[in-house]
Amino acid sequence: MEFFKIRKDIPFMKNAVAFNAISFITFVAAVFFLFSRGLHLSVEFTGGTLMEVSYSQAADLNVVRAQIAKLGLNDVQVQNFGTARDVMIRMPAAKGQSSAQQSEQVLAALKETDANIQLRRTEFVGPQVGDELAIDGLKALAFVVVGIMIYLAIRFEWKFAVAAIIANLHDVVIILGFFAFFQWEFSLPVLAAVLAVLGYSVNESVVIFDRIRENFRRFRKMQTVEIIDNAITATISRTIITHGCTQLMVLSMLLFGGATLHYFALALTIGICFGIYSSVFVAAAIAMWLGIQREDLIKGQVVKVEGDSEDPNSGAVV
Amino acid sequence: MNRYAIWKYVVLVIALLVGAFYTLPNFFGEAPAVQISAAKATAKVDLGVQERVESALKTAGLTPELLALESGSLKVRFDSTDAQIKAKDAIQQALVPDANDPSYVVALNLLARSPAWLSAMHAAPMYLGLDLRGGVHFMLQVDMPAALNKKAESLAGDIRSTLREKNIRHSGISRDGQKIEVRFRDMPTLESAQRVIQEQFADLQMTVSPDGAEFKLVATINPVASRRVQEQAIKQNITTLHNRINELGVAEPVIQQQGTDRIVVQLPGVQDTAKAKDILGRTATLEIRMVDDSAEARSAENSNGVVPFGTERFLERNGQAVIVKKQVILTGENLTDAQPGFDTQNQEAAVHLTLDAKGARIFKDVTRESVGKRMAILLFEKGKGEVVTAPVIRSEIGGGRVQISGRMTTVEANDTALLLRAGSLAAPMEIIEERTIGPSLGAENIAKGFNSVTWGFVAVTAFMCVYYMLFGVISSVALAVNLLLLVAVLSMLQATLTLPGMAAMALVLGMAIDANVLINERVREELRNGAAPQSAIHAGYDRAWATILDSNVTTLIAGLALLAFGSGPVRGFAVVHCLGILTSMFSAVFFSRGLVNLWYGRQKKLQSVSIGTVWRA
Repeated sequence: MEFFKIRKDIPFMKNAVAFNAISFITFVAAVFFLFSRGLHLSVEFTGGTLMEVSYSQAADLNVVRAQIAKLGLNDVQVQNFGTARDVMIRMPAAKGQSSAQQSEQVLAALKETDANIQLRRTEFVGPQVGDELAIDGLKALAFVVVGIMIYLAIRFEWKFAVAAIIANLHDVVIILGFFAFFQWEFSLPVLAAVLAVLGYSVNESVVIFDRIRENFRRFRKMQTVEIIDNAITATISRTIITHGCTQLMVLSMLLFGGATLHYFALALTIGICFGIYSSVFVAAAIAMWLGIQREDLIKGQVVKVEGDSEDPNSGAVV
Repeated sequence: MNRYAIWKYVVLVIALLVGAFYTLPNFFGEAPAVQISAAKATAKVDLGVQERVESALKTAGLTPELLALESGSLKVRFDSTDAQIKAKDAIQQALVPDANDPSYVVALNLLARSPAWLSAMHAAPMYLGLDLRGGVHFMLQVDMPAALNKKAESLAGDIRSTLREKNIRHSGISRDGQKIEVRFRDMPTLESAQRVIQEQFADLQMTVSPDGAEFKLVATINPVASRRVQEQAIKQNITTLHNRINELGVAEPVIQQQGTDRIVVQLPGVQDTAKAKDILGRTATLEIRMVDDSAEARSAENSNGVVPFGTERFLERNGQAVIVKKQVILTGENLTDAQPGFDTQNQEAAVHLTLDAKGARIFKDVTRESVGKRMAILLFEKGKGEVVTAPVIRSEIGGGRVQISGRMTTVEANDTALLLRAGSLAAPMEIIEERTIGPSLGAENIAKGFNSVTWGFVAVTAFMCVYYMLFGVISSVALAVNLLLLVAVLSMLQATLTLPGMAAMALVLGMAIDANVLINERVREELRNGAAPQSAIHAGYDRAWATILDSNVTTLIAGLALLAFGSGPVRGFAVVHCLGILTSMFSAVFFSRGLVNLWYGRQKKLQSVSIGTVWRA
């Protein structure tokens, strides 16, 4: 079986402006939604109490809300979680009241209407922990960005490092944009997914850059644009197949992982789709505009044997 | 050209065998069990206890599947939860006659069903996190400023008595936060006081400043001592938590220090979370101070008038006000034990206190000087103080054994002893993070994680086999080996597996297949360009390697960042993610190459390779 029988190089770079315009617009939209709507941060970041209770029959959320309102708690969110019988209750941290008191009060109030409810899960995070988690998350993001840039700068050249990071950070912003637009809950596992996607989709760019370097070496007469087109065309089947396989796994999580893994899998799905797009259409184009040339990658070598495996600069080709 | 040396196959076989061996315990599952461990330092779980348990079970008509004594605890495994609960009751009755003063903790637990020879080789199933097995997780913040304030307060008292002993006249000692201020009329007195303090209090550093007409000596706890105070405070709190949790009867509690001022408590399998929180949340500290019996104080006690300088008003539990001096004689730190009991002379209910050496010395001095006066034992919970008891000192008390008696019922004596014991926290603590997972949710989470991994795995291998034919089959086998090795490493390290960890497992399998796709695509490309099958395989593996390494390094950078900065669920994800990347390099490249070599390597005149469609331009 073979999905990709591409005989001629696809002129990706001819349409680079259009591709970049699309991704720029998506990016701006994502930033806009991030600022206008903001992320719907989970209790882990904001501090507060989260309770998951299970009713024996489908729960009437209005009754639940009314019971909680009687306690005089403000800003309480009540929603279904997974099934109609499971209810998730989210409360902001109340001053002068411990988590224990808060969740027990609520449970007692709910038991008044239905004695059979079961407490499945509670989670309380103090405000100081929430701030720390947010800061740690940003630190982790910075660590990943800097680490990958250093690695790429050593392995290739700074122009590639910059191009790859811009392309993939724009994926991250777009994932966040989706979470802001749909007001999906942004929790710690989602953060983990975002960072994992960052590391994962950078290697797409790496594969293409490897091939660009290889082409510079092999086709001495070709223009930069042609070289990039050829590199992307040659690697596109592998790009789509690997991402497809990873997506199969993620899809399985989305289907079987239940409500807890839902947003985690969703973040991965968006990340994988835009990861393909940005690696194929954006990263190489940025590198092109930054002005990569043969001399950047093949330094001080006048004659080079094709695909010499002893050459420390010879990257892999696919 | 496509042959492996024998030693490479040996390495592969050994890796597989070790992997299979350590994965094995995961297949046996877990069985209900009762675990008996010592609740006190004096109690030991030994063969004698084992015999008592055996006979107790025999009288109850229960036969355990397994009875094992290891590392200070006795584990008894049963075939059903029913038998487990009956057995717990029987053992509880036999070993713990007095529930208020347990020598042993009898707790319900789950034990691996794996055979003894596996356990003997330290092969245990993966350690499941709380979100998979159910239980409670707490993070407690120790109030360090409070611990330091308390230390400063007791140092201020010590300075006062030292200066009195040395006959150095000062015009007042006061404490402002962690600063102790001593005022003097003239400079020479200050200097002599400074010398004395320097000699006797190594923990303090001092500065001198003029204060109007007087001279002020400001002493603060030096950084080394303050670090020591904090370390001791957190250690003592951990010990206290251990004792309190013993009351709960949890089989395998985890109580760990995190950072400089935090304690993490995990109680797997605990279902009565309210009680757990209640016991942990008892953030009480204990202080012994003198009661002010002056006429002024007496009148303030009865009316709500102004209290005399240097005293505070506290209420007894019956609502009676007591005026207590601010100076702290002893704190909970010096109290090693408190037990209810009876007065040996008149058989009245009493509480017996045991003090440490320093406490005993101070107590002796204080009681000698204050026979006939009253002292107050105060319990502070969340900043609010309450007088537990305010007995009259009848005689000088030496030796550190103190008895409080009179006007007390047995129940009150019990309560007081419990309060005093609970009060031996060095510094107050606050719960800053809490997670409770019901047991049914844990089981569901396991099923969800397991299904995600299984179905994802099936889908990917099915695709690979169809698309790449025999090479796809080999890639799938390599992927299975990756999963096997990952589970084996996790079991070996006993790293905590959580639901995000299971998600990472699925994700890492999806990413690991990337290496095989790279290789297979490259082999196809070589064939397309007209290479001979053998050299195509060789070139495919060789050239793909650098790319595989590159892509894994970038993924690993992200994984390490998560490991370094992540906490809780993110950490569980990161551990599996990083380990999975490492095992995937082994299985996807080294192992799959081994299989290919085994299959094709021998055939000298290889005509074709089963790798799906290879089209020619």
